[in-house]
Order: sequence, then C-alpha cells, then structure tokens
Amino acid sequence: VKDGSWTVLQLVEALGFCLENTDPRTRGRGIQLLSQVLLECHSLLQEKEALHLVLFYENRLQDHHLVIPSVLQGLRALVSSSPGLAVSVLKAIFQEVHVQSLLQLDRHTVYSIITNFMGTREEELKGLGADFTFGFIQVMDGEKDPRNLLVAFQIVRDLIAKNYALGPFVEELFEVTSCYFPIDFTPPPNDPHGIQREDLILSLRAVLASTPQFAEFLLPLLIEKMDSDLQSAKLDALQTLTACCAIYGQKELQEFLPSLWSSLRREVFQTASEKVEAECLAALHALAACLSRSVLSSDAEDLLDSFLSSILQDCRHHLCEPDMKLVWPSAKLLQAAAGASLRSYHRLTHSVLPLLLEQYNKHSQSSQRRTILEMLLGFLELQQKWGHVEEDESTVLSLRAPVCSVVFSALTDPSVQLQLVGIRALTVLGSLQGWCLASPGEAGGGLRVCIAYVPPSVLFPPGSEAAMEAAGSLAPVYPKVFSGRMVPRLGEELQSGRERSLDLRSLRQRCLQALAAVSTHTSIVRETVPVLLQHLRKVQKGTAGSAQEVISVCQSLHRVALQCQQDAEGCWYFHQAVVPCVLAMAVQASTQPLLGKALLEEDVLAAMVPVISAATTHLSPELAAQSVAHVVPLFLDGEVSFLPQNSFPCSFQPFEGECLEAQRRLVALLMAFVCSLPRDVAIPQQERLLRELLALSCSCNCPFTATTAAKCFAGLLNKHPAGQQLDEILQLAVNRMEPGLAEGPRREQALTLLLWVSREPPGRGHPVPALCPSQLLGLLGDVELGPAAADGFSLLMAESPDVLHKGCHADVRIMFRQRFFTDNVPKLVQGFHGAGPDVKANYLKGLSHVLNHLPKPVLVTELPTVRAGRELLTPPALSCSDRVVQLSTLSCLQPLLLEAPQIMSLHIDTLVTKFLSLTSSPAMAVRIAALRCAHALTSLPTIVLLPYKARVIRALAKPLDDKKRLVRKEAVAARGEWFLVGSPGR
Amino acid sequence: MVGPAGGAPLENANPLIYRRSGERPVTAREEDDELPDSIDDREIFDLIRSINDPEHPLTLEELNVVEQVRVKVNDAESTVAVEFTPTIPHCSMATLIGLSIKVKLIRSLPERFKMDVHITPGTHASEHAVNKQLADKERVAAALENSHLLEVVNQCLSARS
Repeated sequence: VKDGSWTVLQLVEALGFCLENTDPRTRGRGIQLLSQVLLECHSLLQEKEALHLVLFYENRLQDHHLVIPSVLQGLRALVSSSPGLAVSVLKAIFQEVHVQSLLQLDRHTVYSIITNFMGTREEELKGLGADFTFGFIQVMDGEKDPRNLLVAFQIVRDLIAKNYALGPFVEELFEVTSCYFPIDFTPPPNDPHGIQREDLILSLRAVLASTPQFAEFLLPLLIEKMDSDLQSAKLDALQTLTACCAIYGQKELQEFLPSLWSSLRREVFQTASEKVEAECLAALHALAACLSRSVLSSDAEDLLDSFLSSILQDCRHHLCEPDMKLVWPSAKLLQAAAGASLRSYHRLTHSVLPLLLEQYNKHSQSSQRRTILEMLLGFLELQQKWGHVEEDESTVLSLRAPVCSVVFSALTDPSVQLQLVGIRALTVLGSLQGWCLASPGEAGGGLRVCIAYVPPSVLFPPGSEAAMEAAGSLAPVYPKVFSGRMVPRLGEELQSGRERSLDLRSLRQRCLQALAAVSTHTSIVRETVPVLLQHLRKVQKGTAGSAQEVISVCQSLHRVALQCQQDAEGCWYFHQAVVPCVLAMAVQASTQPLLGKALLEEDVLAAMVPVISAATTHLSPELAAQSVAHVVPLFLDGEVSFLPQNSFPCSFQPFEGECLEAQRRLVALLMAFVCSLPRDVAIPQQERLLRELLALSCSCNCPFTATTAAKCFAGLLNKHPAGQQLDEILQLAVNRMEPGLAEGPRREQALTLLLWVSREPPGRGHPVPALCPSQLLGLLGDVELGPAAADGFSLLMAESPDVLHKGCHADVRIMFRQRFFTDNVPKLVQGFHGAGPDVKANYLKGLSHVLNHLPKPVLVTELPTVRAGRELLTPPALSCSDRVVQLSTLSCLQPLLLEAPQIMSLHIDTLVTKFLSLTSSPAMAVRIAALRCAHALTSLPTIVLLPYKARVIRALAKPLDDKKRLVRKEAVAARGEWFLVGSPGR
Repeated sequence: MVGPAGGAPLENANPLIYRRSGERPVTAREEDDELPDSIDDREIFDLIRSINDPEHPLTLEELNVVEQVRVKVNDAESTVAVEFTPTIPHCSMATLIGLSIKVKLIRSLPERFKMDVHITPGTHASEHAVNKQLADKERVAAALENSHLLEVVNQCLSARS
C-alpha cells in the first residue's frame, strides 16, 4: 500500500472475509491489520476513502469488546490525517465505548483522539456545547493511571482555558478532577515513564487554579485539607490556594475568608514545621494581594479592610502580652499581609507601628527590646518595597521622630545584641529615600543625631562588617553629617589612642577601617584622606609607630582608593593627595638614616604598593601623563621638587652606584606606579629606565630589591610596543642573564629576572620566553639553584597580586597554564627519571607546583595525563622528604581518591602504607593531609578496603593521641569512618 | 540490652530542642606546630555532641542529652567521665544512647584513657541498672558482636548528611 501498488480499497476488499467473519477474534485481527496499515500510511488516503473508512470504523465501535482496541487505533490514525467528522466520531465514542473498562494503552488512544480534535477542530467541538464537556467527564471518570491523568488534566485545562461551554457541568468537572486532590503517588522503583509525584501535583494544580468558577467547590476542599494531619496535604493545599489567588477576585473569596484566615492563623501559631509556616505566610500574602487588587463595585464593601481588621484583631494583642510568647508568629503574619500591597501596608502599620514603639518603651530589658526592634525592622524593610512614597500617605514617615529615638536608644544601650539590631535599623533607614531627602527637619535630624553622637566604638562594634557597610550606605545620603561630624570624631579617636593597650589598638584599628568605609562620597573622601595621611605621618614620626600600624593605614587607604576609582574626579583627587605624600614620606625615611625605619620594612612597602597601584589604574591618560612626568624624573634624576616638604638632607638617587640600600628599596613604589599606568600612556625616558632596572635587578645583593626591579622591568616590557627597541632591550636582557645564570655570585637574581620576564612576555617568539622552560628544566638538575628553580614553577603558574595582571592593564595570555602544563609535564617526568638522587626532589616539587596551580576544569579534562604523572610519581613523591612535595602530593591525591576510586584501587597497597607512615610526619600540615587522604580512602570499594581495615584502625590509634588538636580531629574522623567500612548500618 | 522500639510510637514524641554550639574556632596556638594542645572538656564534648539520637532526627546535643558541663576529662591521669541525661525518666533508649557514647569514645580516644559513661544521677528510673551494664566491659563487647545492635550504633555514629 505504501508504494501505491495497492489501494486501500483493494486491501479492504481482500480483507473482506476477515472483516465480516462472525468470530470476533478473526474480525479483531482483520481490523488490527487494517489499522496498522492506516497508521503507517494515513497521509496517502484520499478524502473520500477516509470518509468511508471513518464511517466504517464508527460503525465498528458498536462491535464486540475484543475488537474495540484496534478500532480505536484505526480511528486515531484516521483523525490525525483527515479532519472532518469530528463531531460524529466523538459522539460515537462517547456513546458506544465504555472507556474506563479498556486497557491503559487504549484509554490513552481515546485521550489522544480527543486532544487531536481539540487542536484542529475547536469550532466544531464548541458547537457541541456542554455535551462535549459531559462526554469527556464520563470518559475520564475513574481514571487511575498517572500517564493518562497527565493527558487528561491537560485536556481539562484546555477546556477551561479555551472557553469551551461547561454549562451545568462545572461541579461535575470539578468533582472528576478534584477527587485526585491531594495527589498521593509514589512512582514505583525503576519506573520507565519517569513520572514524578511533582508532575501530577503541578498539572492538577494548574487545572484547579484555572478558573474562578471552581472557587465555591475548591475553597471548602482546601480548608478541609489544611486541617489535615498529613503535612504533604497541608502543603499542597496551601500552595494551591496561593496559585488560586492569582486569578480569584473578591467575589470568590468573600464567603470563605473567615475560615481561611482561622486555618492559616492556627497553622502559623501551632506548627513546628518551617515549610508549613512559610507556605501559610505565602498564602496569606497572596490572599491580601488578591483582595487589594480586586475592583470593587460601587455598593460592595471593601473586603480588604475587614480582612485586615480581623488579622489585626487576632494578632495585635499578642504583640502586647508581657510573656511575648506568640509575638513572632503574629509579627510574621502581619508582615506577610503588609507586604501584599501599599494599601494593606498602610492599614497595618498605621495600627502596629505606634503599638511597637509603645511596647519598646514599656519594656526595659534589652532582650525584649531587641525582639521588638527586630519586628519593627521587619516592617521598615517592607517600606523599601514601595520606593518613594508621598509624605502625607506614609505612616512611617509621620513616625520618623519616635522611630529615630528608638534606634538611638538601641544604639546607646549597653547590650551589644541590641546595638547590632539598632545598626541594622539604621542601615534600613538610610536606604529609605523618603526619609532623608524629604525631611531636612526633625526626622532627618533624629538620624543625624544617631550618626553624630553615638560613639564610634558603639557604632562600629568589633568584628561587625555590617556596621561598616551601614555607614558606607548612609554616607552618600548625609555627606555633611559624615564629613562634619563623624570624620572629625573618628580622627579624634585616632589621636587619643596614645597608649599601646590592646583595647585601644583595636579601637584605632576599627576607626581606620571606619574612615575607609564611610569614604563613599567625594566630599567625604576629601575629609578622610587628610585624616588618614596625617595619622600616617604621626605614626612615622612617633617612636610608638609600629609597622603594623602603618600597614593598617595603608589598607584603609587602599579601600578608599578602590571606592573612588569609578569617579574620575575623586580618583584624581586621591591620586594627587596620596601618591606624592606617600612618596615623600618614603623618600624622607630613606634619606635620613636617623628616622624610624618602619616605612622601609618589606611588608610595609608591600602594603603601600596596592595603594599607589589602585590610585593609578583608573586615571585618565592625560592625568596619568601629568603624573608620570613627575614620578619618573624623581627616581631617575632625584627631582624632588613636586613632593610636599621636600627638604631632604641628601639627594635621592636610587639608581646611582653608591647610593644607600634604603633608597633602592623604593623601586617597589616606582613599580606600583609605572606598572599600573594605562597602556597608552607614554613613559618618559623609558629606555633609560629599563636599562637601569635591568642593571639593578642583576647587580643588587638584596633579594627584595632585585626581585622588585625584575618585576618592574617585566611589567614595563609587557606594555612596550613591539619593534626594534623592544628587541634590543630583550637581547640585552638575555646577554646579562645567560652568563649570570651560568655562574657567579648572583645566579638567583638572574633566575628571578628570567622568571619574571617569561611570565607575561611581550609579543611572541622573543628569545627570553622561549629560553625559559628549557633553562628552568635544566636548572632543576643544578644542586645549588635547583630548589629555587622548582619554586619558580609556582611563580610562573600563580597569579601575581601586584604586577602583570589584567587589573593593571597588562597584556595577559589566556590558556597559558594549560599550554605550559601540556608542554612541560612530560619533560618533568622524563627529567625526573634521568636525574641523580640528590636532585630528584626538585623535579617532584616543580611538578607539584604545576599541578597545584592548574585550574580545576583543566585538571578534570587532563585527568588522564595528571593521573599518569601522579601514578608514576606517587610512590617516590610520598617517599620524598620534602614537605612541599608531600603536601602537594597529598592534596592532589585526595580529590583523585574521591573522583576516581576505581583507578586508585589499583594502588591501594602503596597508598595505605604511605599515608599511614606520613601520619607521623614532623609537620602538622602533612599529618593532617595524610589523615584526610586516609579518610578519603574509605570511598574506595569496600571489597578493596576490607583486607586493610584492621591494620588501618590499629595504625590510626596513634594519631588519636597526637599533641595537636587539629590532627586529632582528622584522626577521629578518619578512624570513625574506617570502623564503618563493611560494617552494618553504614 | 534493649533494641529500638521498631515501629512503636515514639516515647517522647515532642522533645524540647536546644541550640547547637558552633564549630570550635581554631586558635593561633592550635596552628602552631610546636605547642602541644591538651585534650580538654570541649574536645570530648565535640566528639559526642553530634551523635544522632536513635529515635529522633536530632543530635544528642540538640536534645540536651549531653552537655559540656557534664563532661570531665583529665588528660594527665587519662580519665574521662561523661554524664548523659535521658529526655524522660523512663526512656528505654537510655542504654542504647549510653552504648553509642561509649563506642564513640572507644573509637576516638587513645587507648590510655579509662572512660566512664553514666546517667546523670536522679534522671532515670533504672539508672543503676543501666550504669552497671555500661560499666561492664564484657557486656559492651558482647553487644557489639550483635550485628543488629551494631547497625543501630553505627547509624547513631554516622555523620549526618
């Protein structure tokens, strides 16, 4: 038939005997064959043929029940191709077939026939009127199979959504679907259809919540289920109610509001389950939102008002009860309703807020006050939702003054907990625009009083980042209060702390942090920066000035710098104010041997670097060019005229041969500046600068200075435009490096330079970067430089915090680590095998560094290589006595044990032995890592572990008595897990 | 020894729940490789506070069955004493809870320690009998040979997911 060599007519004639046979089985087989043919090639049928066949099939529906399944299949084939006759087919099905007595598959066929018609013949079906609905109700009545239910629910949803006439059958339709509510279905194990309970719940909910017409039947049902003992039924009912509120109006809800409210209230007051509580609150929120939305007819009363009144009536008195037992549930209910609409918010806060304020003043214990303030806070947070509100509308606005005084009293309370809530309240108030902008008068005044008079030690309690953030968000709103009041007071606190007691140090610390935190507005920055710089000067001069203090100031300055980066004006102000000042102080310290040396310590300089760097990266090119014209001559020619207080006893010549070591260290500050400049800023005398830096990095004895010079050199090269000049400089560098690496007293310095220049080299194919890996691999075998070269792998792979990263406009190669890994790991492994026993450890260490810095996704995709390397090296690496190697091997192995237990099982014997022996390593970190690995071993298959169980448990008894608590903790965890291996109840 | 009441209604269906203490903060001293840390009450308490109750999906700490003040340890003399308080005086789980605590300590403490696990005086009807069972080494060992009992104990000691 498919090929067209037979027509369907011929087939029917051929089958004639079968089709007319008196034995229903034979007839069945005949029709089955015909139906199957039709299924395959229904698209080839001509309209007239189809018509005849449909009539024939309709007729057959009256036939014996054995025949029906095949008939239905045939019909499905026919209706999917040739429309028409929908009405009569459906009528026939509704009339002749008792659907629910068919098998699941055949029922499914009926549903698909109906779905099909609904898709294509909507008009005709609507012509049937309510009969269609009724017919369908009969079809689906009693359906039990979840697969069919999903289809049936979809049909009902379409019936409602596409406005089919339901006629008098609304209740029947509701009954036939709602009888499944709440869904109680657990998919059988290994169910191939993958229907989850959740699918059924959602599709039934979509039906029930699809029309307001169901409301009068559904709401009583929901109320009944809310009172059920089953938690799942409760949750389902509440979620369905929430869904219904989206389409219901006042009319539908009216009758049931009192009982809905009493059910919801009872649940919130009594339930122990957070989930039920959350759903109740969501439902209440939805109800109130629905009521607020409804359009009222002129004579109807406003239900929202009476609904809220009943809520208030039932919750209000709980807020006042002295034992405060039900305050939280009541407050949550009120807040849920208040969050529904602006109207309900006003209605509720109008009554509740004065009450809370009154209660706050009535209670004297700070714990109770805290609870009340927290509730108040909840209402204030809701106000944020509505944005800016007209002044005369908002209750909150009219209550500004008392609210502020409550917050003030909380902030001045001795209880720290209450203070913290007060600070949160202050933050919320700060974010309410209407508060501050609309009211220069008393209310804003109240808040200002808080900021201005609460002592900083209270406003910024120890360890509270929230308070700092609060101040930061309030600062742009009240710049004047902050710059006029807060900043001077913080400054005073800084001055007053002369004693070195621990308390005052921590207070000073917090003041410094606070100064940085409030610098969120340009006008405040102009106040805080001088205070910070003044403190820095004082610390430098005073004998008490410790390096730690300078570092704290630098950290604060760094934070300020980051905060004003986006604002061009603030950024330039900061740059102009801070960079010359810091440079001047450093230069002064380096030229006066008698002055305190705190500023020149390595970690202090390291703390200054980010300040200068952050002050420079976001400068516009023109301004940066102005600045660079001052700074570079300072270092090259000792041009100090632009520095404030520039009378120094001797000249500043960091690059001159005879100069003081102290001056050379300041190259770090030069690096911070020039390496952070935008790429298109031209640096004056760049070639000379590069040569000086190169010379310094190769000749200086101090490792800090040499390294910094190398970094600065590399940072400048990275941004150097390609061309002949660049090639010359690079060649120069190679010429200095190669002999330096080969021999002499400064091999380390040469190595450092090589590493830094190779890290992010300019352009491609230059001699230095190409030199690097091979040189480095060669050096691993060097007895003297080997360890340093091994650590060099870490330097190459790790992110650098101060130079050569994206933040300071460096040209960063992507995928560098991956390429480095694939290129060099095989060589490292090879080198390891060829190496002598005294340098083997260097190769392991290098490999460890490479693996440790590899990004996790790469580690996974490259797992075979990693694994190959690891497996090869595991035994020697674990036997290696170098701590770094041990540690990196262990930390690399632990995820492998968890991710690839099958592979690791092959090495169980070695692993167990080595891990156990490392648990007695002298280094605590190694012991901990080894115990973690021993713990991770338990994820291997039990069958592999069992032979070792007794031995491991015995061996792990020893670390249980380790002298370090952290080690004992890991030992307990590992040993406990090993006890469970192969034991019942694991 | 008494097993858990399989399927029977909970004896104390609605217990009072207490707050969990957080993780012990790590001090600088603990991170110093050289200085030894002695085993203190909190460390022992940390071992047993996360044991699961056989009946409820809660820890012994949350049910206030164990408290830090009822843990006494003397590292120098190698002794540990733990008192535990059943939630109700007729709790049939008392022995099982005691056994779980005891097993946890046996698995987690160095062998030198002598451990004593008993009921807080005056909080259980058959306090004496339970204490006697818990103190009897052979009975404890025999109990752990019983695979059903071992399963329950292991479940109490498994880390909560």
